[in-house]
Amino acid sequence: MTATETRLVTKRLRDRPHDSWTLAAARETGGYEALRKALGMEPPAIAEEVKVSGLRGRGGAGFPTATKWSFLPAGVEPRYLVVNCDEAEPSTFKDRMLVERDPHQLVEGIAIASFALGVHHAFVYVRGEFALGAERLARAVAEARAEGLVGPDMCGSGFDLEIIVHRGAGAYICGEETALLNSLEGERGMPRIRPPFPAIAGLYAKPTVVNNVETISTLPAIIRMGGEAYGALGVERSRGSRIFSLSGNVNRPGNYELELGLTFRQLIDDFGGGLRGPGPVKFLIPGGASSQWLTDEHLDVPLDMDLVTQKYGVMLGSGAVMVYNQDACPVRVALRLAHFFAHESCGKCTPCREGTVWMRKVLYRIEHGEGRDTDLELLLDVGDNISPGLNAPFSQTTICPLGPSAVSCIVSLNKYFRDEVLAHVKEGKCQAA
Amino acid sequence: MSPIPGAEEILARYPSKRSALMPLLYAVQDRDGWVTEDGMHEVAEHTGLSPAEVLSVCSFYTMFKREPAGKLIVSVCTSVSCLVNGGPELLDHLRVRYADDPDVTVEEVECLAASDGAPVMQVNYEFHERMTPESAERIVEDYKAGRLVPRTVSGTSREGTP
Repeated sequence: MTATETRLVTKRLRDRPHDSWTLAAARETGGYEALRKALGMEPPAIAEEVKVSGLRGRGGAGFPTATKWSFLPAGVEPRYLVVNCDEAEPSTFKDRMLVERDPHQLVEGIAIASFALGVHHAFVYVRGEFALGAERLARAVAEARAEGLVGPDMCGSGFDLEIIVHRGAGAYICGEETALLNSLEGERGMPRIRPPFPAIAGLYAKPTVVNNVETISTLPAIIRMGGEAYGALGVERSRGSRIFSLSGNVNRPGNYELELGLTFRQLIDDFGGGLRGPGPVKFLIPGGASSQWLTDEHLDVPLDMDLVTQKYGVMLGSGAVMVYNQDACPVRVALRLAHFFAHESCGKCTPCREGTVWMRKVLYRIEHGEGRDTDLELLLDVGDNISPGLNAPFSQTTICPLGPSAVSCIVSLNKYFRDEVLAHVKEGKCQAA
Repeated sequence: MSPIPGAEEILARYPSKRSALMPLLYAVQDRDGWVTEDGMHEVAEHTGLSPAEVLSVCSFYTMFKREPAGKLIVSVCTSVSCLVNGGPELLDHLRVRYADDPDVTVEEVECLAASDGAPVMQVNYEFHERMTPESAERIVEDYKAGRLVPRTVSGTSREGTP
């Protein structure tokens, strides 16, 4: 049986393809009703619904949202909510869709979270390159404010909320929450050493919750349907639905909102229209560029955040799934990833700053016919200095996960394509078609 | 020199003056076409920072241009989905085509979050997806001629998608 999408977060933008981002469309499709319902609840009861729903962060780490909220110390004011819309994990494109096509859902989610947390200033850090997204979000905030839905005395509740849209300026590292906070404070976007965690000393050293756009956009659905009904969807500790960004060599790339627990094969075949080009699937990169890879032998693995990590050492991460056919050269893909991490390393930690550049250089010479017999071992050695035991990206000698993330593709090359890499070195050219 | 457009409103937006730094850099870049040394000094005055602190932040972010750039910034993605969908070929074509055009700055960029529309480019940060070398060149020419060019909204570039 062909699986179908579970459209909770993507419902409005599918139902109203031509005007989903407008206030009129939001109002006609139940927009801000969940906010009104939430405002009739006690703030702890809202957090309880989120807890019961089992919602986990959709940005990458998959941390339980209600637990993150619970770390805010009681009675410390002011406190801030920061929404991470700095989506730059390679091949992830869900937050851009949500902010461009349903900004009112995001505003409603921000208002619900802010009321639950006692936050009166919420910030949305929008990736600099998202011109349209920032424009539509700013307009949505202004419209909602003009209508009294947010702003002073929002919805007549007596609760004040200001939402500030802040644009990034081109730096992947700012998707890391402490780098994002530094950037928002007008600093270079470099990660902070934890502790203190943002919940204790975040933005302006005040208690701060940082949540992803999709996480916040899910809140209206959870309040509307109830945490229990939302949590009834999914598998194990991966509850509800989430958006998977499918791309690469597939016939129908796109964002698909799926109940967790379906398989990679269902995602690729039932939604993505199957592999494009010569099969079978040569490899796939789940979770964005930071994860290790999988191959066609793993296609029936379920989309379960914990299982994929415990059993296969990969991540569902940001929800991206990149698929490659038999024509793809794993060395070429790894080189492009190494280039990315070297370019985006902020330079704060030596293993990452130096290691990512050397991984790029060595992969470059392999790709361009100058590889040496010892190069794969050299790459693994460099990688081991960044991610000890080569348990990338889960072990690290760095402050943030960027460095160890760069090691994931090296580990994957060695695990699945060792012979092909060695042949690439020996022949001085690509072994793929 | 004209004042930084919107500076007062920008400064009023944040609990801390320093948070206005990036928005003010955008404002001077929009006004001058790039972030000049004078522009950085102005931002320093508004935020109470030293010019060196402003430079240190400005130089961290790729979207702040510290040398004159073309009126059109053409950003071409070659990341891992565009890589296998014609991104590098698109970049090569546009680089050669606009090598001698001072109005057009072609740059290679990282994933733009439009992998379902690969290969993708942006012109002044507006999305254009499912490009061919020919269609991309036509779009750049449309921008140059001042014609209104429809931008791509996320998830709408493939036939059959709402």
